[in-house]
Amino acid sequence: MPAVNKVVGRNARRREGPDKLCGVAKYVDDHALPGCLFGATLRSTIACGRIRSVTLDPAFPWHEYVVVTADDIPGANYVALIENDQPLLAKDRVRHLMEPILLVAHGARAKAYAALAHVRVEYEEEAPLLDPEQSKTVFKTFHIERGAVEAALAAAAVVVEGEYRLPHQEQAYIETNGAAAWFEADGTLVTLGSLQCPHYVVKALKAAFGLPEEKVRVIQAVTGGGFGGKEEYPNVICAHAGLLARKAGRPVKIIYDRHEDMAATTKRHPALVRFRSGATRDGRLVGQDVEILMDGGAYVTLSPVVLSRGTLHATGPYDCPNVRIRSRVVATNTPPNGAFRGFGAPQTLFAAEMQMERLAQKLGIDPLTIRRRNAIQAGSTLPVGQTLRESVGARQALEACAKRSAYARRARECTRWNRSPRRPSWRGIGLALVHHGAGFTGSGELYLGSRAAVTLTRDGELRVLSGSTEFGQGTTTLFSQIVAETLGVPLELVTVETPDTARVPNSGPTVASRTCMMVGRLLREAALELRAAVTASKSPFPDTQPALKAAARKLCGDAPAKRFEAVYRKPDWVSWDDKSYTGDAYEAYSYGAMAVELEIDKATFETAIRGVWIAADIGTVIHPLFAEGQVIGGATQGLGYALLESTLYEGGVMKNARFTDYTIPTTLDTPRMDVVFVPSPYSLGPFGAKGVGELPMDFPAPAVAAAVRHAISRFVDTLPITPERIASALGKDAAA
Amino acid sequence: MRIRFTVNGKLRSYSGSGMKRLLDVLREDLSLPGTKEGCGEGECGACTVLLDGQAVVSCLVPVAQVAGRRVKTVESLGRPDRLGPLQEAFLAEGAAQCGICTPGMLMTASAYVQRGGRADDGAIRRELAGNLCRCTGYQHIVSAVQKAARRGTARRTRRRA
Repeated sequence: MPAVNKVVGRNARRREGPDKLCGVAKYVDDHALPGCLFGATLRSTIACGRIRSVTLDPAFPWHEYVVVTADDIPGANYVALIENDQPLLAKDRVRHLMEPILLVAHGARAKAYAALAHVRVEYEEEAPLLDPEQSKTVFKTFHIERGAVEAALAAAAVVVEGEYRLPHQEQAYIETNGAAAWFEADGTLVTLGSLQCPHYVVKALKAAFGLPEEKVRVIQAVTGGGFGGKEEYPNVICAHAGLLARKAGRPVKIIYDRHEDMAATTKRHPALVRFRSGATRDGRLVGQDVEILMDGGAYVTLSPVVLSRGTLHATGPYDCPNVRIRSRVVATNTPPNGAFRGFGAPQTLFAAEMQMERLAQKLGIDPLTIRRRNAIQAGSTLPVGQTLRESVGARQALEACAKRSAYARRARECTRWNRSPRRPSWRGIGLALVHHGAGFTGSGELYLGSRAAVTLTRDGELRVLSGSTEFGQGTTTLFSQIVAETLGVPLELVTVETPDTARVPNSGPTVASRTCMMVGRLLREAALELRAAVTASKSPFPDTQPALKAAARKLCGDAPAKRFEAVYRKPDWVSWDDKSYTGDAYEAYSYGAMAVELEIDKATFETAIRGVWIAADIGTVIHPLFAEGQVIGGATQGLGYALLESTLYEGGVMKNARFTDYTIPTTLDTPRMDVVFVPSPYSLGPFGAKGVGELPMDFPAPAVAAAVRHAISRFVDTLPITPERIASALGKDAAA
Repeated sequence: MRIRFTVNGKLRSYSGSGMKRLLDVLREDLSLPGTKEGCGEGECGACTVLLDGQAVVSCLVPVAQVAGRRVKTVESLGRPDRLGPLQEAFLAEGAAQCGICTPGMLMTASAYVQRGGRADDGAIRRELAGNLCRCTGYQHIVSAVQKAARRGTARRTRRRA
C-alpha cells in the first residue's frame, strides 16, 4: 500500500456526473427503441378472493393490442426470489389490491392504459386479513437468546416497558420503476431496466421464461434512485416487459406512473416492537427482552432477511449480558413489503433507543451518560454471541456528536427555555446511537460467492467489471478510486463497465451496505493480482497511458485482454451457525450518532428542526464528499420517516399514493447538517473502509423522538410524529 | 394544430394536439430526453424548464401555451466536455447523485442565478422548495447554487466596474 493515498480519501469528480448534469445520461425511459410498444398492467381491485373470470370486451379492437395473461408465461408463473410464492400474473386468486392480473401493450402509451378499462374481471371476494396481529400465516421467525433474561429483569433495579409502532414508508425514488425488454435473433431475452441487482433479475427471468442463463441478459440503465425499492421489484416489471415482448415480437417498455409505483410496489415493513429493558441503579443494562412483529404483505419477497436484520440490530449498540429477541414476520392482504434502506433495522433501533430514553428518565440519568455507560467497544459481545474484534467506533461517534452539538449546553438551554410558560414553543434536544452491519448476514456472503474483476486490454485500458450498480451512491467513482489507488495510477486510466450480465461477473446484489466493503475488497484483490502480473513487487506500476499500453501488449500477448478476477473468501475467523442463529453476524459494523435540536409550536404542534449534528464511523472514508452526501441524504429520509411521511392504508392499499398527498422532505423541511467522520478502519475493508449507505437511515427517528420527549416531557412511540400525534400525547384534541 | 416556439435558441415546430404536455413534446417529438418526469402532477419539479426565463413544470404546461415563446431545457446549459458554471458547481459540490432530479433542479437554480439571486442559504432553499430530491438531503445542492450565485454576483460586479 502506498504511504500516501493519492486517490483514496479525496473527492474525485463523479465519473458519470457530467452526463447526468447535461441530461444526456440515459435512464430507461430515455432509450428510444425502434418499434417499441408500451405496456400497462391490469391490477386487482379487491384485496382477497378468487378470480372467477377475465373477459375482454368483444367490441374493443384487441387485434391492435398485445395481451398477456398467466397462460402466456412459457416458464413458471412465479417471481423467483427466496420463496416462489408470488405469481407473476394472478390466475385463480388474488391476495392483495393492485396485484397484476393481465398485461396490455400498444404503440401509444395512453392507448395501452385506456385499454385496461375494456377488460372485465369477476371476483369471488373474501374478507381480507389486514391486521398483522391477527395473521396466522407466518413467513419467518427468529429466536435469539443469551443469558437468562427473565431472572435478570426480575433482579433489575428498574425495568421499563415500551410498545412502538412503525409505519410503512415509501422509497420515493424520483424515477419510478421501469423496464424495457426485447428478444435478440438468437432467442436471447434482453431487459434494460432501472434496477439495483441485475443478477437477481437474471434468476427471475430464467424461471419465468424457462431459459438457460446464457439466453438471458440484463442491463442496468442509468437508475434514478433505488433505496431498496429497486432491489427485488425489478424482477416483476422486467419479467412483465419480457412477456409482452415475447408475444409482440417487438421491444416493449413498461414505465409506471407515480401513482401506480407508490400503490403497487414495495414499502418499508410496518413493525410493532414490544420491549422490556432492565438496568442497574447506575444505568447499566442487565436485561433486554424484545418482541418484533413485522407485516410482510401478501408474499414473502425479502421479508425473512428484512426480519433477520431487524432482529440482529434490535438491542442497539449496547452491552447487555441477558437478551431475548423473538421476532416474526407475517402475511396480510396488502401489497408485499420489501427492501428499503436500513432493511428492518430502523424499526427495531428506534425501539431500542427509546428504551434508553425511558431508562434515562426513570433513573434520572441524562441520555448521553446512559449511552456512554452501555455503548459497545472492541471486546464486547453481541446477543448472537459475536465478540467484536476491531473497528468499533460507537463511543467515538457518540463523543464526537456530543461535542460538536454542544449537547450538554443545548440540553440545559432547552430545559431553561421550556421553564417559561410565556414561550411560544417547546424546545428539546435528542440523541441516538446506532450500529449497522455491512454486508449480507451470517453465511450470506459465503452463499453469494461474489466475484469482481479488473481487466487490462491489449490497448492498455483498465476496466472494472462488477455487477454492482450505480444509482447515486457513487459506486462507479468509488470503484475507480479503489483500483487506481491499488495500482498507483491516475483515476482517469480506470473505466468502469456498465453492469450488463453478458459482460460482468455476479458481484452479488447492490444492497446491504456491502458495495464498498465487500465488492471493493474483491476489486482491490483483483487489482493486486493484476499488479503482480505486470510488475515485480517493488517496482512501480506503469502510470501513464503509453507505459500502460506497452505493459499491456507484453502481458496480453495475442489475447485481446487479460482478466483478473477475485472471488469472496470467508475470513478464517468468521463463523456463523444458521440453525442456532449465533456467531459472527457481520464482519464489521458501522456506527453513527446523531443529535437533533427541535422546536414545537405551542399553538400548531408543528415541529421545526433547529440543528442536526452527526458523527459516523464508516471506517476509512474513500470519498469524503460522497460519504457526506450519503449521510445527509440518508438522514433526510430518516427525518421524513420521523416527522412527515404518512402512508394512509385503506382496505389494504395506500390511498395517498402520490407526491401531492405523501409528503417527503423538501429543502424547507431539511436543515443544514453538521457531519463528521470518526474512522475506526476495518483491517479487511478496502483501505480500511466499511459500509455507509444504510446507517444514516437508522438514527434520525429515535433522535427526533428523544428530542420531542425532551420538549414536551411525553413519549411519542408511533411514527411519524405529526402535530396530531403530539397533540394527542399532550392529551389535547388536535381538531380543537 | 401547428405550434412554433423557440427551444434552446432554435426555432422548432410541432404538429399535433395542443393539449399534449410540453414535457412529452420535448421528450418525444423534439428528442430532448434531458427533461424528466417524476410525478406528472407538478409536485416534484423533475420536469422543470424555463419558459421566457421563468421556471415552470413542463408536465402541467399544454404545448399550445408555449406558442411563440422561448423554452430552455437542461440541454442548453452545457455539454459533458464543456460544462456551464452552474453545472461545474453541482459537480464540485456533489449536488447530483442519481441525477434524475438534476435537470429540473438545475433549471430552477439557473433562473435564480440568472436573475441575480443571493448566495443565501434560506433564499435558495425557498427557491428550490418545489424540486424534490430523495438522494442528497439538498445540502450539497444548496452549496452548489450558493457557489454559482457568488460567481454570478462577482461577474456582474466586474461588468459594472
